[in-house]
Amino acid sequence: MSSANASSAKVFKPRFNPAKPAFGALVFLLYLFLLAPLLIVFVVSFASNQYLSFPPEGITLKWYEMLPQESTFMEGMKVSLIVAVIVTLIVLALGVPAALALDRFEFKAKAAVQSFFLSPLLIPSIVLALGMVLLFGPLELNNTYAGIIIGHVAITIPFVIRTTLMSLATTDTSCEAAARILGADSWTVFRRVTLPIIQPGVIAGGVIAFIVSFDEAVISLFVAESGLPTLPVQVLRYVENSADAAVAALSVILILISLAVVVVVERVMGLRKALR
Amino acid sequence: MTVLEAPAAPERPRAQDEGQLERATERRNRRTYLALLLPGLLGLLVSFVFPLAYMVRMSFNQGAPDGVIVETFTLDTYIQPLTDPYYWRVTLDTFQMGVTVGILCVIVSYPVALFLARSTSKWRGLLIAIAIAPLLTSAVVRTYGWMVILGTNGLINSSLGGLGLIDTPLKLTNNMTGVTIGLVEIFMPYAILAMISGFGRLSPQLEEAAGSLGASKFKVFTRVTLPLCLPGLLTAFLLVFVLSISTFITPRLLGGGSVQVLATEIYDQTTGLLNWPFAAALSVILLVLFGLIIAVYQRLTKKIGG
Repeated sequence: MSSANASSAKVFKPRFNPAKPAFGALVFLLYLFLLAPLLIVFVVSFASNQYLSFPPEGITLKWYEMLPQESTFMEGMKVSLIVAVIVTLIVLALGVPAALALDRFEFKAKAAVQSFFLSPLLIPSIVLALGMVLLFGPLELNNTYAGIIIGHVAITIPFVIRTTLMSLATTDTSCEAAARILGADSWTVFRRVTLPIIQPGVIAGGVIAFIVSFDEAVISLFVAESGLPTLPVQVLRYVENSADAAVAALSVILILISLAVVVVVERVMGLRKALR
Repeated sequence: MTVLEAPAAPERPRAQDEGQLERATERRNRRTYLALLLPGLLGLLVSFVFPLAYMVRMSFNQGAPDGVIVETFTLDTYIQPLTDPYYWRVTLDTFQMGVTVGILCVIVSYPVALFLARSTSKWRGLLIAIAIAPLLTSAVVRTYGWMVILGTNGLINSSLGGLGLIDTPLKLTNNMTGVTIGLVEIFMPYAILAMISGFGRLSPQLEEAAGSLGASKFKVFTRVTLPLCLPGLLTAFLLVFVLSISTFITPRLLGGGSVQVLATEIYDQTTGLLNWPFAAALSVILLVLFGLIIAVYQRLTKKIGG
């Protein structure tokens, strides 16, 4: 958690100002608006109403109990978990070395290479998704794990590069130089010195890559809607067709997974820094 | 062998060797960073460059009904969306949605960002985290949440109906109103994040100085606070604008088929009509729109920040 800037603390206390509580109330309401869709999903998931309506008639756990029997959700969960885990491992293996090269070495096209690594975030995912479904057609990669995974690599690499660079930027290279002078080979230097230094960035990048892949819906929809629907694609279809609260219970679980990721990122390097 | 001998003292190289040594380390360095970069570059080539390049090439092919693609080099796919009034309508609607969502999102995010930028509370870190955490939750889930709130039997209509304030439910979903409300909320964390970073020059001392020199609260805000926030607000607006014009999930779900924007049109052309060259051409148009806005943005930030 970032500490408040001590130097900007008020020196003298201003008189009571009625605009202040009004502003506070406004900010509170805006926070409520921001969190409204997430909060309402919690409420609905425990409501016993058969169809979506208000107010809740009673409290029930039946929607949660229904989840394991809902085979489309379970299948989608399996696909999404497999994809997200493999994507995370791949982008860590690709992104961490690249970030090291970008921070620890000097070369001509450095700025351009760095922009290139971050550029997938500038391209609308619908455009990327279309490019993928077109390219994967002749390669027979549509509706395969490989297709979805390749699709997700592009949009998750930037996060890993960025968080790793952030960790590298806050440390100087003297520890590594010291280890090298003391006779450690490059692999030992990496494993014993550099890796501990960049660990927060790697962890933050990894869990962000995981959740971005796990929650990604557009590329998965284009590449594998018919053959290998991921969980977000299943939820999308379900929401379009039915109005019961089973999907609310599932949404709560998805929100809790996101929350776990948020807590990890906030702990290791600060959410604001990681998502900047 | 004694320990003393282990780290052999480096002999001072003679002057002419020094250049050689440097070149040798440079070569070794070169090999190392290329080896480190290569996997990532190849990964992006396969998952990013190839799909985009293939799509651009596809946009010059000729689409025929039933998914038949005639391999050729034509601009027909571009002529249709640029001459057909229907696609002008869709493009304009997309643009208008982006502007509306951008403006509203900046308005609702500004107080929160201002509060967070000024706050000296020990909860500040937590409050910032809460404001941007929704970024990492599924867009599908958040859109579903808005369907629950805005739907015919949703929170708003049930509450207003229960209070006897309305007889017939308000139509808040399956139209642009619902899409706009949903998108404003969904992009708020992006806007807040962009604003907090952009409010760097804002300081309470400046505001206090203006106040002690006799400016009214309103004057302090319009003459000091707001101008200092302007770069941050502009960044936030443009960010939300570009995100809005390319978003797909929310227009699809909250629009319920009756809101047609470029993104939903691309999806329909791809999976429904199987007119891939046409979908590719629409995507290229969207990309060009994107590029133009980002270029304008960079010009503007240079001017303001300069």
